[in-house]
Amino acid sequence: MNHLVIAPIVLPAIVAPFIIMVLRYHLDLQRIFSVASSLLVLCLTLALAAQAADGTVQVYELGDWPAPFGIVLVLDRLSAMMIVLTSVLALAVVLYAIGTGWDSRGANFHALFQFQIMGILGAFMTGDAFNLFVFFEVLLIASYGLMIHAGGAKRFQAGVQYVVYNLLGSTLFLFALGTIYAVTGTLNMADLAVRVAEMSGEETALLRVGAVMLLLVFAIKAAVLPLHFWLPASYSHAPLPVAALFAIMTKVGAYAILRVYTLIFGPDVAITEGLVGDWLLPAAMVTLVVGAIGVLGSREIGRLVAFGAITSMGTLLISIALFTPAATGAALYYIVHSTLATALMFLIADQVMERQGGAIAALRLMPQSGLLSVMFFIAAIALAGMPPVSGFIGKLLVMDAARDHDLVWWIWAVILLGSLVTIVGLARAGTLIFWKSHGLQATDGTVASDAGDEDLLDGNPTAAPAAAPVLPLVVCFGLMGAIVLLTLFAGPMTRYADATAAQLFTPTAYIETVLGGL
Amino acid sequence: MEILVASAVGVLTAAGIYLILRRRSFPVILGLSLISYAVNVFLFATGRLMTNAPAILNKYEEVPYTDPLPQALVLTAIVISFGMTAVVVMIALGAYLSSQDDRINLSDDDAKVGDDA
Repeated sequence: MNHLVIAPIVLPAIVAPFIIMVLRYHLDLQRIFSVASSLLVLCLTLALAAQAADGTVQVYELGDWPAPFGIVLVLDRLSAMMIVLTSVLALAVVLYAIGTGWDSRGANFHALFQFQIMGILGAFMTGDAFNLFVFFEVLLIASYGLMIHAGGAKRFQAGVQYVVYNLLGSTLFLFALGTIYAVTGTLNMADLAVRVAEMSGEETALLRVGAVMLLLVFAIKAAVLPLHFWLPASYSHAPLPVAALFAIMTKVGAYAILRVYTLIFGPDVAITEGLVGDWLLPAAMVTLVVGAIGVLGSREIGRLVAFGAITSMGTLLISIALFTPAATGAALYYIVHSTLATALMFLIADQVMERQGGAIAALRLMPQSGLLSVMFFIAAIALAGMPPVSGFIGKLLVMDAARDHDLVWWIWAVILLGSLVTIVGLARAGTLIFWKSHGLQATDGTVASDAGDEDLLDGNPTAAPAAAPVLPLVVCFGLMGAIVLLTLFAGPMTRYADATAAQLFTPTAYIETVLGGL
Repeated sequence: MEILVASAVGVLTAAGIYLILRRRSFPVILGLSLISYAVNVFLFATGRLMTNAPAILNKYEEVPYTDPLPQALVLTAIVISFGMTAVVVMIALGAYLSSQDDRINLSDDDAKVGDDA
């Protein structure tokens, strides 16, 4: 067995308690360890991705128990891509949090952060449905802590809402797993795939119930309408760098849908035929529409970006719901793009918020904005999917993949109109924040007060804030660079995504490797 | 026994959902606990109901046994839901103490722009 497979999960799992117990009162050492761990995880995941790139599936049997009895971790192209994406994002967010001092505003940021990374990486690599639940819980518990990091009444209230909603989701997850176990007698995904494919007759109704409940759970995680209510409030009240990390958490839901409904309840399985495609596609389209309207109607930048995240989930899930190899390849490209773009947007929103000096950044004029406005402009283009950056390519791929579908006109109309409304909303926000004339403020002073706030900028919005730290800007530029690279190397990236999709739609290799011990 | 277990799961879930819909922290936490009891009983029943049977296979003679896996699942689920309840109690307490309000739904009024956290 290749022990490298488990290393990215074990490393943060060791570093986190070490930070909490040994380095409790040493913020500098915490930062060093946290960054070092994130860097190492990035190296490890890159090494794993290099191993998985040729299409081999690696299985890691925990405790050396063979597959259906023991828990396994599985590394294939899809997992490899997702863990690299996670570790890139994690490194960016941890550097940003250090640069802005977010990590010093409450206790235990770095430890929770490492646990969160561990949970996300584990969820992407596990090959066992119950273990997926456990890793979901690990990442959720850490996210509860991060969500209320730095405290405050509003944040706590949003936090309670977020926790309660996710606890309900977890309970539903257990009900779904219980139902599936009762019918099939296994929870190993590869084993499930084999048994579900063989199944026929009387118990299929129960299995369908299990599959639907599982889809509901993943839809909650992926914030699909009508299960998206938790997202805008929680993301906009969370510390925004944390929200940037949460950009990958909705993708965990998308990943789980992709994994479970290609491997276990695949498109060819008679029992659940049409189940996912028929339900998910309309839901995804409505999600996109509601997200775009939300972008248009938001009055604070946090909510704006949160709704932006919902629109990108809508596009992504439309592509996933088509369940063809081409559409899945497009979805994979779009996952990478939208994660980076959403995270970048959250970080820029945080910069805006810092400069406005409020805990919640309204859409209003802010001081000294040259560099930031350029970044906002590029990030907005990326988020809305306009040329020339990668969101455009992603949307083009999605629309191209939908060409042979019955509802093609609907899909195209929804994606295009959604993009239009999103870009209008983002343009409106950009105008309000960056583009209003500062001169107006000086003459009548009414510009800033039309948002209805008291805690304004002491009537002097042109004053530059005290020496802005450089690191956050470097991180933002790094993420932007990643988006540009994704655009420039769209060719190799789509080839990888298509190969991944092909691997997903021929799960025999996966199943044989996992169950090879028998 | 099937009727008993099934109705127990059903009643616990129904009561839990009702309490969660009250949208005040104390009832909601009670409701979450009830639902997690329901899911534990449900998981326990997924390995088929059996009384007076050990959770181990006997290689030498044909005796009835219970499925051990759901018991392991329930154990994990209990630990996790217990931890989660502790977390939600602490966060709800924090929310109540900092805002003097135990409602858990943010109304539009609450989420108004500019309300500092």
